Amino acid sequence: MSLTGYAGSAERKLPSQGADHNFTADVAVIGAGVVGCAVARRMALLGAKVLLLEKAADILAGASKANSALLHTGFDAPPGSLELQTMQAGYQEYLAIKDQLNLPLLETGAMVVAWTAGEQAMLEGIAGIARQNGVGDVRPLTAAEARAREPGLATHLRAALLIPGEHVIDPWSAPLAYLTQAVALGAEAFFRAEVLAGRFEGDHWHLETARGHFTARTVINCAGLYGDKVERLCLGDAHFAIRPRKGQFVVFDKAAANLLATTILPVPTERSKGVVLARTIFGNLLVGPTAEEQDCRDLAAVDKAVLSALIAKAIDMLPGLDGMQVTANYAGLRPASENKAYRIRHEPERHWITLGGIRSTGLTSALGLARHAADLLLGTTLHRAPVKTQSEPTHVPNLAEHLPRDWQVPGYGEIICHCEMVTRREIEAALKSPVPPGDFGGLRRRTRAGMGRCQGFYCGAKLARITQGHFASPLANG
Amino acid sequence: MAERLGCDVAIVGGGPAGLAAAIALRMRDVGRVIVLEREDEVGGVPRHCGHPPFGMREFGYPMTGMSYALNLRRLAIRSGIEIRTRHSVVALEPHGRLSVAAPDGLLHVEAKRVVLATGARETPRAAMLLSGNRPLGVINTGALQACLHLEHLQPGFRRPVIVGTDLIGLSALWTCLGHGIRPAAIIESADRTVARWPLGLFPRLVGVPMFFGSHIAAIEGGGRVERVMVQPQLGQSFAIDCDGVVFTGMFVPEAALASAAVIEIDRHSSGPAIDQYGRCSDPVVFAAGNLLRPIETSGWCFREGRRIGQAVADDLQGFLPAPASALRVIAGTGVKYIVPQRIFPQGPRSALRELQIRAVLPASGVMRVAQDGDVAWSKRMSTRPERRILIPLKRFLRDGRSGNFKVVFESSSVAAGKC
Repeated sequence: MSLTGYAGSAERKLPSQGADHNFTADVAVIGAGVVGCAVARRMALLGAKVLLLEKAADILAGASKANSALLHTGFDAPPGSLELQTMQAGYQEYLAIKDQLNLPLLETGAMVVAWTAGEQAMLEGIAGIARQNGVGDVRPLTAAEARAREPGLATHLRAALLIPGEHVIDPWSAPLAYLTQAVALGAEAFFRAEVLAGRFEGDHWHLETARGHFTARTVINCAGLYGDKVERLCLGDAHFAIRPRKGQFVVFDKAAANLLATTILPVPTERSKGVVLARTIFGNLLVGPTAEEQDCRDLAAVDKAVLSALIAKAIDMLPGLDGMQVTANYAGLRPASENKAYRIRHEPERHWITLGGIRSTGLTSALGLARHAADLLLGTTLHRAPVKTQSEPTHVPNLAEHLPRDWQVPGYGEIICHCEMVTRREIEAALKSPVPPGDFGGLRRRTRAGMGRCQGFYCGAKLARITQGHFASPLANG
Repeated sequence: MAERLGCDVAIVGGGPAGLAAAIALRMRDVGRVIVLEREDEVGGVPRHCGHPPFGMREFGYPMTGMSYALNLRRLAIRSGIEIRTRHSVVALEPHGRLSVAAPDGLLHVEAKRVVLATGARETPRAAMLLSGNRPLGVINTGALQACLHLEHLQPGFRRPVIVGTDLIGLSALWTCLGHGIRPAAIIESADRTVARWPLGLFPRLVGVPMFFGSHIAAIEGGGRVERVMVQPQLGQSFAIDCDGVVFTGMFVPEAALASAAVIEIDRHSSGPAIDQYGRCSDPVVFAAGNLLRPIETSGWCFREGRRIGQAVADDLQGFLPAPASALRVIAGTGVKYIVPQRIFPQGPRSALRELQIRAVLPASGVMRVAQDGDVAWSKRMSTRPERRILIPLKRFLRDGRSGNFKVVFESSSVAAGKC
């Protein structure tokens, strides 16, 4: 299939493979995960000519496609860390821009729940760190208070710490909105554009990619699971090594969401924030992730025994889940490194920034990391230009269950995915959007089509028909 | 402002059971009967099925599922039923109030009675917690057949592995072969073909390799399926190269609407718990067809829908007993499910005249119905999980007794190759 066959404005205007691109970008962002999308937006808002290079067919194809979708306060982040600073900046900015971009927020609050005496003893220390981190509204709860708030929780709960500001967001529409806004401000995104080589010459970078040659004054490496490889490829050495850490998740049927309102966090360990029980913005209940180190950076397999253990753990915390249908399960890879801290490298002489080792907190911190990168560059290679005004404000479609959906507005044509109530109008709009899906996974993340309890039993054939000619890897052939 | 619509009976789902109920209601001169169907056409799952035999019971001769669906539709329209396609019921509230999403806007339906006939669907891979990657090319029979028969598209595979050998598995095989798709293998967890002789001979006749007593341990592949790992009951697992996986059968009632409506769902059948009139825990709501249990043929569902439709007509005339007085039928050891789950011993004009039962395991033993601990009925039998067991209500209902019933299947020997 030729590249010219794709629909969607962003794809149609792309030059053919292997071409030289005769413009020099101010900033080339490598990687279209949540961090790359946020950085592209921030740089575009500052008036920079932005180029986004992504190896996969779509945004969010790596670490960002699978996480627990929480907007964190940073209550348990290392005090004084860049992670804390960027999470809190990201949190504030998300709240500030969410209405403008039409991004949802499910105000759940969270409870760190102690199930053992040992865990109970640690709650006070966690509360202390939270206050040190400026999260002053945390509140210790007795077992009775915790169960009064969440009556479904198991009786062996000993105590809890309430963090009212921990919330749930849509992990996919947020980065989509960031990039959509960047594109509206003139950014150009290139997919299937793996960076194959890079050299810094004179005062700018030459990047050889699967989609041809690009030049840019500054490179910001947001390559996630490949961050260290991209750094070594371009700088000759890498200051960190990615050690992919797999997380498996189970998503319960929407009926389960009635059982729990507050996100349930475990007492964290050194390695991981641990297994979370949380509502999703789409109206399901999710349990996960596990933390399993592996070498492969691309594929994350689920394992029946591990998924079963996750379900057992969820039932142990919330007994009402016993017998609940499972809607989906998935595994994601976090770009962990040999060190818990974010791995940031700024090379002012070589016009390079790496934003690496961004683990599960990246969804929250991405907007803050983008500001941090801008602070590093402003006054050096980046100069504040008058911000271009958007002809039309960026507005991504709402997929959150608690807010009005497309099917509630007449004239939607027909409902294609019945489990998730996805309309033909929504799917067609996604396919024609400024940042159209590059594969079926991308369409699922943009619309929820096929994400529900039947997993395509009812809608698979119609989706195959509607998406014909849109994806390099089609669902079906004519 | 949402449109309001009043009717005598609203039927949710226009498959064989829903249409049969609607037709029966119209034959009893019930005034306004509306079928709410979320797809483009009524007909239900048979619409996807390009093979016979459908319609023997209803039309007297065998036809393909598609022709059957078309015939049902004609029959329904001739009966004066109001059919509303592309109408998705999004909520069912007490007193027969339905919220319906329709392309032209939200609709509030107020019905004196509601019949839920939302059918069943196959268990997707995710719900089986299957190990491995999640590439493209893993689908159910329903999606495969809809792709080939409704959209006239080839699924993105040429050599899939088919999982399951009941009638649905054979249907998937038939569908594949009819469209030039040559399955790489058939995997079956039982020790033999589940579909009865002579249909069970079909895969052997067409020369597709079969692996019994085996299950898929993992699916592998990046973008698309590349191979499956097959685990036999005994011995080492092995790989089969393939480019797709079709999971067949393993149906589960599509009970999301019912359970969101706080209608009692039976954990054994996974469908609404009903009495012998098809009446749910909300007495203005009835249920019929494969929503009640996984699964029966479309002919069975049609007959069941018709009888439950007649019961709804009876109820509108005040003939049904008060719901509170029902006795419960409890599934005990060895019993996978029982429908109906509530019985009125002296109830008139029973819609369902038998207990429908399935066993958990293939076994020989004694099926017993006990009331208050006293055996009311028993029979020695040899059965398998896929076989329907029927116990006529009149065989064990005794006058003057008011205890709940419990049904157990005590196996004396488990048949070889348990599922």
